[in-house]
Amino acid sequence: MSNDTLTPAPTAAAPRAAPAMPDGHSMTVRDLHAHYGDTHAIKGVSMGYAANQVTAMIGPSGCGKSTLLRCLNRMHEEIPGARAEGTVLLDETDIYARGIDVVAVRRAIGMVFQRANPFPTMSVFDNVAAGLRLNGVKGVDLHERVEVSLRGAGLWDEVKDRLGRPGIGLSGGQQQRLCIARAIAVRPRVVLMDEPCSALDPIATLKVEELIAALKRDFTIVIVTHNMQQAARVSDTTAFFYLGELVEHAPTDAIFSNPGDPRTEEYVTGKFG
Amino acid sequence: MSAALDALAPVAGRRRLTDRAMRALLWAGTLVALVPLVLVLWFLLQKGLGALSVDFFTTDPTGNFLGDPGGVRSAILGTLEIVALASAIGIPIGVGVALYLVEYGGQRWFAQAVRYFVDVMTGVPSIVFGLFVYIVLVVSGIGGSFAGWKGSVALALLMLPVVTRSAEVVLALVPDHLREAALALGAPRWKVILRIVLPTALPGLVTASLLAVARAMGETAPLLFTSAIVMGRSWDLGGRMNSLPVQIYNDVSSPNDQIVARAWGAALTLVALILLITLVARFIARRSRLA
Repeated sequence: MSNDTLTPAPTAAAPRAAPAMPDGHSMTVRDLHAHYGDTHAIKGVSMGYAANQVTAMIGPSGCGKSTLLRCLNRMHEEIPGARAEGTVLLDETDIYARGIDVVAVRRAIGMVFQRANPFPTMSVFDNVAAGLRLNGVKGVDLHERVEVSLRGAGLWDEVKDRLGRPGIGLSGGQQQRLCIARAIAVRPRVVLMDEPCSALDPIATLKVEELIAALKRDFTIVIVTHNMQQAARVSDTTAFFYLGELVEHAPTDAIFSNPGDPRTEEYVTGKFG
Repeated sequence: MSAALDALAPVAGRRRLTDRAMRALLWAGTLVALVPLVLVLWFLLQKGLGALSVDFFTTDPTGNFLGDPGGVRSAILGTLEIVALASAIGIPIGVGVALYLVEYGGQRWFAQAVRYFVDVMTGVPSIVFGLFVYIVLVVSGIGGSFAGWKGSVALALLMLPVVTRSAEVVLALVPDHLREAALALGAPRWKVILRIVLPTALPGLVTASLLAVARAMGETAPLLFTSAIVMGRSWDLGGRMNSLPVQIYNDVSSPNDQIVARAWGAALTLVALILLITLVARFIARRSRLA
């Protein structure tokens, strides 16, 4: 079960010699309901997230896409009054089953947030190493893992000379890639991204999008975005949500060129949302 | 003239008059508030500076009514020792309670009850803490009668609500997205608190603690019936102990002018000590990442 048995993450810069991970990890959601107090935010969603693919979740504000994302690694329940019911499988394991350690779930399913949130008391190096240290992982060459993770996040060349400087001293785009490096340093199976580019300028956005394309060789990626062009650019399949329900989940080409539901068509053509 | 230019016309006479009157009123209020503060400092310096000398800091009070009354060395040492022990008791418990309130309690009824009682405790007069410890620890004769450490217990009780309330504010300032980031990395909650929340809040917690220390340092009432007063040398927290506030309280009622002068000197010393701590607290607060 240890994540350390997985092969090292690739470097974004250099082409990797080793083949991509033979068996990636998929996720499946069955009849998931999520609540905030009396608000029913997700109303019985069922869908799958294919291994080593990028799945985008789009929809207007309040459609439940971020809530669903937070249910995928049980961060939803950290909000006071929030609860979720249903089945969420990581491969064959139900992460909501009784006896499942929520801490282990989050180690296996990493998360990148809307706002870059490096730890303000820590250096660049310590930020990337934070996950391993907080998890008490032993027997890992920290320096090697930090370098591999920073390379994986396409940040190594920019920060290799200032690993000891505070992480919050980096630019916004660099901070977000630092957070991605921090998330992949613990070797999760799935990486969840909650509007990772919404606070970034176009150039930084482009870098993160290129990164997502590179990362899917090693991780299954789920991204929530309010930017439809971004969904079209980075994802393999796209799911459209409306009012807490899944309207349609199909290959990204189909969603944007030939949607099956009139609501999807109206949304992707900009008629509402 | 067009409407747009009317808006740029000089301010009407009445509005300007009201403005002047209100400004003058606020200025006057500020001055009145400053008068007692300035007077206190002026009297302290005028009467206290004369009492200061090398002997003042290096000799213990003799207790002699006539002849050399001695300095305040034992009072300074006593204050430092008693307050240090009080801090060692009060600050960890106070920060612990605040951690419970912010990280675990939230809006639960028990946390709300704790908050309420902490607020009540803030309003309890300091002499009540002194009496409480007097009855529980001194009258009962636990570990002898009057003792420095019993004064520390009374001061710790006084500090506890101050530390708790200000530490709670500081901990609540730690952004939730940092806790989420750490939780999403798969860190257990206790490690998130220990490695992320506490280090991030540290400068603020130090400030909160130092302000509570400064507050406790000037208290007389909790020490009067707990560590009492002693002339001569007293460095042992296990026995009666001297302290600056009690020394001042004692000296100022003396008919001997030399001893009254010692009270002024001791008061100046105490204010200087507290000012020093407050300055350190402000310095640390300014370097805080959260402020």
